[in-house]
Amino acid sequence: MLRLKYFLPVLVFAALGIFMYIGLHLNSRELPSVLINKPLPNFQLEEVRTNTLVSKDDLPEGPFLLNVWGSYCLPCLVEHPTFMRLSEDGVIPIVGINYKDRQGAAQDWLDTNGNPFQFSVMDEDGRLGIDLGVYGAPETFLIDKNGLIRYRHVSVLDEQAWQEIFVPAIEELQREES
Amino acid sequence: MVPEFGQFALILAFCLSLILATLPTIGAARGNLLWMNFARPLSAGIFVFLALCMVILGYAFVTDDFSVQFVAAHSNTLLPLQYKITAIWGGHEGSFLFWTFMLSFWMLMVSIFSRSMPIDFVARVLGVLGFLAAGYILFMIATSNPFDRVVPLAPQDGSDLNSALQDFAFIIHPPTLYMGYVGFSVVFAFAIAALLSGRLDAAWARWSRPWANIAWVWLTGGLALGSWWAYYELGWGGWWAWDPVENPPLITWLLGTALMHSLAVTEKRGVFKSWTVLLAILAFAGSLLGTFITRSGLLTSVHAFASDPTRGVFILGFIGLTVGGSLVLYALRAPLIRNESTFAAVSREVLLLVNNILLVVAAASVLLGTLFPMVYQAITDDLISIGPPYFNAIIVPLAVVLAVALGIGPVCRWKSTSLGYLCSQLTRVAIASLVLGVLVPLLVTLEFSLSVSIGMVLAFWLFLTIGRDVVNRVLSKPDRWQALRTLPASYLGMQLAHFGLAVMIVGVCLTANFSMEKSVLLAAGQSIDLGNYDFQFNGTRPITGPNYIGDEATIVVNHNGKFMRELHPEKRIYVASNSPSTEMAIDAGLFRDLFVTLGEGRNGGAAWSMTLYIKPFIRWVWMGAILMGIGGITAALDKRYRKLRARDQRLREAGESLSPKPQTV
Repeated sequence: MLRLKYFLPVLVFAALGIFMYIGLHLNSRELPSVLINKPLPNFQLEEVRTNTLVSKDDLPEGPFLLNVWGSYCLPCLVEHPTFMRLSEDGVIPIVGINYKDRQGAAQDWLDTNGNPFQFSVMDEDGRLGIDLGVYGAPETFLIDKNGLIRYRHVSVLDEQAWQEIFVPAIEELQREES
Repeated sequence: MVPEFGQFALILAFCLSLILATLPTIGAARGNLLWMNFARPLSAGIFVFLALCMVILGYAFVTDDFSVQFVAAHSNTLLPLQYKITAIWGGHEGSFLFWTFMLSFWMLMVSIFSRSMPIDFVARVLGVLGFLAAGYILFMIATSNPFDRVVPLAPQDGSDLNSALQDFAFIIHPPTLYMGYVGFSVVFAFAIAALLSGRLDAAWARWSRPWANIAWVWLTGGLALGSWWAYYELGWGGWWAWDPVENPPLITWLLGTALMHSLAVTEKRGVFKSWTVLLAILAFAGSLLGTFITRSGLLTSVHAFASDPTRGVFILGFIGLTVGGSLVLYALRAPLIRNESTFAAVSREVLLLVNNILLVVAAASVLLGTLFPMVYQAITDDLISIGPPYFNAIIVPLAVVLAVALGIGPVCRWKSTSLGYLCSQLTRVAIASLVLGVLVPLLVTLEFSLSVSIGMVLAFWLFLTIGRDVVNRVLSKPDRWQALRTLPASYLGMQLAHFGLAVMIVGVCLTANFSMEKSVLLAAGQSIDLGNYDFQFNGTRPITGPNYIGDEATIVVNHNGKFMRELHPEKRIYVASNSPSTEMAIDAGLFRDLFVTLGEGRNGGAAWSMTLYIKPFIRWVWMGAILMGIGGITAALDKRYRKLRARDQRLREAGESLSPKPQTV
């Protein structure tokens, strides 16, 4: 009397369960192992204000910060003063990835709030974001002198996060070099 | 000392749940009436002890007992009283206690409102619920005890409730959502009891329907409240973000909606039985999945609680045991289920089948989109993100087809309907909705947009088919007034809920297509135009709240050059946690919302950045949800259930059993 089709739901469920069990042990807040100490992916994208094409070669010499932002992103406004201070004091170069945004809105946002970025590339369809494994704005990557990704920070980079996480990480980079 | 009493009450509740999970169920299998009769008092006992736990935890919050870890992490001496009490569900441990307490409340309700059901069925239903309660309480005791102490030294003050949660909606959104979530456990328990007893008949469907309706109403309310809260608190002007934690309640809601419709067919026509049971299991699985995702750190999201892999393993094991076990039971029992009637290719059954397929496909797609990044990472060790474009691309077409079918369904008759009859009923309605749906937005906005036209055609289609069906029912009777008054509550509820969907479609479609927003930097005295409105910024003043300080801006809104009102958005800093928070100012209206969020002050506060929004028809999204909820309640209150309940009871008192002798397991 048993019919196999009635076992289909439990089989699908079992497969899902196995994936969830594996998923449990993946820590998605940290950078995936494949990207750590790897060079940034290649890109060729337009700059938000000037519409000139920029690529990986235009990036400043490291260490620098790569910040994923968007005009729609409220937490970005929270971390924005930190970036303004860092750029005004010349602490570290910052490059922006304007993630899944509209150019007009992004320009308005920079005009309204101030621009801490050397430049911002427009990642309108989120391609570069996909290559970097970005969940959404804000996220900040620390890139070292050799252009390798050294650290990924998911969520707001406020003064506290800067002092407690980034300052030691950058000092660590400098120690490595010397 | 008091928190230890809470701990003790929790352990007692656990012991009672264990007994409830075993004794009455075994009694039902053996026909031992005494053992079965233990089910109701045990349920009441579990409710009493969990209520005691709630009171004790609430007492710890109100008296600022920071030696309790959970209180120290989620409260503060300055926190206003209403948030101290509701902070119980502001974190993982407490909200899990609250969840389990809700379950025990549903158990109590089942034990009270089940007098007309056979005792062996009640014993099995409560037994299943007791098993769930035992699992949840064990989880709390083992991994997330809300009564854990901070040893050896208690902090002087707590670290405060997350500032985003200090809001009126936080007082009502989680309880409503949990009631809905947990309510589907009851429907699940009914399904499992029916599978265990082998008694999957119309009576079972009739018993389940009001419970499924009520659970669905709570879940609808919970989702709507969550969406409204996100809209005015998170400040991005949207009402749904496809966040990984928003999705599981939506999956549960979609499956629950399918279940309500499928239960109707099972009750009225005796078909789709095994499908209905499967849906009940899946809706329950959806609710557990939500718990799992929120509490295990599986997916990152704004909703995620502090996560811990051992918790994830426990919940996953529990899901495996309950859902896996019931699916195996289903696989063993479903082949024995016989349909009681047949139906033709054009009939209400088929339309409801279409409804079920669409809703289940929608639920599966949302599930896929939610879990795919994780599956992908597990296989390739790479990260991807899936966003709104995926979900919109799948859900919008499904919703379109669903709305078309929805217009036809209620007009159709059970068993068989002739195509000629359908055409005679619906051709003119279809033409009218096409014309109105295209012309009305065209005349108002003077431009054509395909997506707006589709949305409005569908909305008119639903309004007109509902109107047509109601008119048909009334006009066919000799005494029209009498006919209108005696329309059954379940019919009115259905049409009200469908009407609510149409209202929601209008809201979703128009707000998605005609919203305007602008981010600006304004100095005091400057103004800016958006749409027909002019926003003038008149500076800020400092404010002090009970546990925050901040700035309040004054913005004068002029409409077509005439003064309309002032708006006062705020920027707050919560003192204890030093976390900033923005309070929107909203001018809500039936046809449009004006919405201002305050950003940062520049040049020492001389100029402020702010974002202005105009959101047309956004209220219709939630009005639609409210109408659906009222429809669900109306249908659950149908006199039919009470009459049949009275009949069941009379039959049982006369010593007869309504259904064949229960099989033993």
